[in-house]
Amino acid sequence: MATIAAPAGQRSGLLARPIAPTGVWSWLTTVDHKRIGILYGTTAFVFLLIGGLEALLMRTQLAVPNGRLVGPEEFNSLFTMHGTTMIFLVVMPLSAAFFNYIVPLQIGARDVAFPRLNAFSYWVFLSGALLMHFSFIAQSVPNMGWFAYANLTEKTFSPTPAVDYWVVGLQVLGVGSLAAGFNFLVTILQLRAPGMSLMRMPLFTWTTFVTSILIVLAFPVITVALIELMFDRLFGTLFFNTSGLNGDPIVWQHLFWVFGHPEVYILILPAMGIVSEIIPVFSRKPLFGYPFMVYAVASIGFLSFTVWAHHMFTTGLGPIATAFFAASTMLIAVPTGIKIFNWASTLWGGSISLTTPMLCALGFVTMFTIGGITGVMHASPPVDTQHQDTYFVVAHFHYVLFGGSIFALFGGIYYWWPKITGRFLGESLGKLQFWLMFIGFNLTFGPMHFLGVDGMPRRIYTYPDGLGWNLWNIVATIGAYTIGVAIIVFITNVIRSMRNGEIAGADPWDGMTLEWTIPSPPPHYNFETIPTVHGRDPLWLQKHPQLDGHGPGGQAAPATAMQHAEQEGGHEHPHMPDPSYWPLFAALGLLVAGAGILMTASSTGYTMLVVTGVGLFILLVGIFGWSLEPVNG
Amino acid sequence: MQIVATAPPVHQPPPTHVAETTNGLNNRKVLMWTFLGSDCMFFGALIGTYLIYRGKWLGHPVPTDVFDIPYTSVSAFALLMSSLAMVLALAAIQRGDTRRLQIWLLVTAGLGLVFVGGQIYEFATFGHEGLNLAVNTGGTTFFVLTGFHGTHVSLGIAWLLSLWVLAKRGVITQERSLDVEIAGLYWHFVDIVWIIIFTVVYLIPI
Repeated sequence: MATIAAPAGQRSGLLARPIAPTGVWSWLTTVDHKRIGILYGTTAFVFLLIGGLEALLMRTQLAVPNGRLVGPEEFNSLFTMHGTTMIFLVVMPLSAAFFNYIVPLQIGARDVAFPRLNAFSYWVFLSGALLMHFSFIAQSVPNMGWFAYANLTEKTFSPTPAVDYWVVGLQVLGVGSLAAGFNFLVTILQLRAPGMSLMRMPLFTWTTFVTSILIVLAFPVITVALIELMFDRLFGTLFFNTSGLNGDPIVWQHLFWVFGHPEVYILILPAMGIVSEIIPVFSRKPLFGYPFMVYAVASIGFLSFTVWAHHMFTTGLGPIATAFFAASTMLIAVPTGIKIFNWASTLWGGSISLTTPMLCALGFVTMFTIGGITGVMHASPPVDTQHQDTYFVVAHFHYVLFGGSIFALFGGIYYWWPKITGRFLGESLGKLQFWLMFIGFNLTFGPMHFLGVDGMPRRIYTYPDGLGWNLWNIVATIGAYTIGVAIIVFITNVIRSMRNGEIAGADPWDGMTLEWTIPSPPPHYNFETIPTVHGRDPLWLQKHPQLDGHGPGGQAAPATAMQHAEQEGGHEHPHMPDPSYWPLFAALGLLVAGAGILMTASSTGYTMLVVTGVGLFILLVGIFGWSLEPVNG
Repeated sequence: MQIVATAPPVHQPPPTHVAETTNGLNNRKVLMWTFLGSDCMFFGALIGTYLIYRGKWLGHPVPTDVFDIPYTSVSAFALLMSSLAMVLALAAIQRGDTRRLQIWLLVTAGLGLVFVGGQIYEFATFGHEGLNLAVNTGGTTFFVLTGFHGTHVSLGIAWLLSLWVLAKRGVITQERSLDVEIAGLYWHFVDIVWIIIFTVVYLIPI
């Protein structure tokens, strides 16, 4: 009603704001954090299928000696795109989906601090993903590994534009990640409901907060590294060029891993946060050692910037640097260990219900522990040198990123699906999926430990018979297909849930945090009235007032731990930000500019510069239109 | 001292329609501070790359062969003075003086343009003397580091001029002085970065 009443005030922008509540345009112009979360999640799942298909192709090729499915060039492209896709287009955006959907609900906010910037993040992410995947159409797929080590990436050794697709795509993805990082940092600092002090925030909000800090501080470094690489390839600079002019390829490794190791924690911290939400709810106990969990997350975040060179032990750093990075890497196991023991202590004495989210969370804790232990092994430089570039390393990081992140993210999907859609995912199909995935995962990556110790190198497209690698390779391939079946079970489960899933109420799991106090799915404005929080786990305290006193604020125990503050508007629905064309428009500018740079890279000609210029112009118009748009319609 | 009985409510905040935030800080201001923190890492990585190669340049000319420190000092001085003009612009609009706001915004942008113009001339001169992006790692790291700083200054100038247009049209009022303050944060940051770059790249001898 209000939107029709104020047309005169809306004219001061370049375009009137789109106001239709449904239809394609409502999704293209949405600034609602819940819809953006759904967009992130859906897109990431599509890329999970693409990255998974790439993995299955590789496993099929490696199933038996002298495989003939793909050649060496195709294999290089497969492992490059599999790694890049899974990290930047699956785990990060799936985490971002939960940041978007859940964090504002957990802190009692109606949206993020900058709703239009949030939409911009998503469209830029999609643009970067598309730019990178244009390489398939151009038949010049990136093929130098997801870390793009110099000087293989120099024009001399990689003359095709394959590297450029990776550079430009990742650069654009980085812009989207940075925008999201700023947004969630400000949101969590600024938009908490009254009484939601930092030490009352749910653990998932805490991990989002620390992850945002890592994004904000780590992504500028990869931005610089990518700029330098792009300049080397486009303008003949000598940053990583070794052809007699003193460029040093190790500089790339330093820049890449100064970003790359915090990136590892950008991938795992949100997963740890999800697990820290699931385990207490299904153990029916508040999280054990909450302050230590928070300090552990914060110290992991800090230490993640001090360990990068453990990826570079074999480059010959010298004894002092090697000793320093070995020690700091071992140190990071301490806060990680604290988390594992606190999860175990939360389970201890709890009344545990083994639902699908809980199974996924337990899968996370066990598999991540194995991956963590092989991680500490690699903190030792002699062991690391032995394992460098073998399948042992592949086993290690898949136990951390699949056994860790992916299990936790599926746990998060099963846990919050009823909140997002209002319906449950089927429990029996869910359990079937979990067990298939759990068994398939261990069959795939467990044997890679043995293959690595037996000397099988990473990134080889095939291997001869008689090296003792045949058995474990076929086992790993069977495991990979089992994971594939598990994903099909998941898709079936989703379709059945959307059609006629069991209706879930506002609080299907007997939850503890604010997102379970509002209807499922939540209304557009989330909270009718902004809640006032009087303790940690506000909903749990409201249900069990006798338990109050376990957290800060416990002394002043009120009858209910959570009250609803009075709102001036009375019973009228709160006014929410209107949708906007500009985030999509500005992101389109980046897409066109990126495409222009790619055309410049693949051939010489001024039309390509014009395309880049047009893209930057669209971006500029987008920024101006955005700034001049009335803030709230 | 008889103010106690009749003291008016001194600390009453001005009426505002902006939603309350947890910390009472403005969202956009916190956003700018987080962005500046992030930009520190951006320049940190660029300066780091410069330092790694510093003094290990092969062939000539290298940057130290062609530097004209008195010339660059002048343009650096212009940039530093622009920060003063920026402060005066913000002070003007906080007093509600839109006319002086416009003047000082133009002065700030103008001094910024002096700096960028000086940099373009400097780059051209260095180019004539044989230092370019591809001659050695000295040229590579020098031009990319200072070039990206110049890009930051140029974006700042565009921002200041946009504010100037808005101020001329009467959009920037005393209540919206925050718009000027946030641009000022960015502008001062870019200045401070130049102090570091100028010291590290030009002044400290190898």
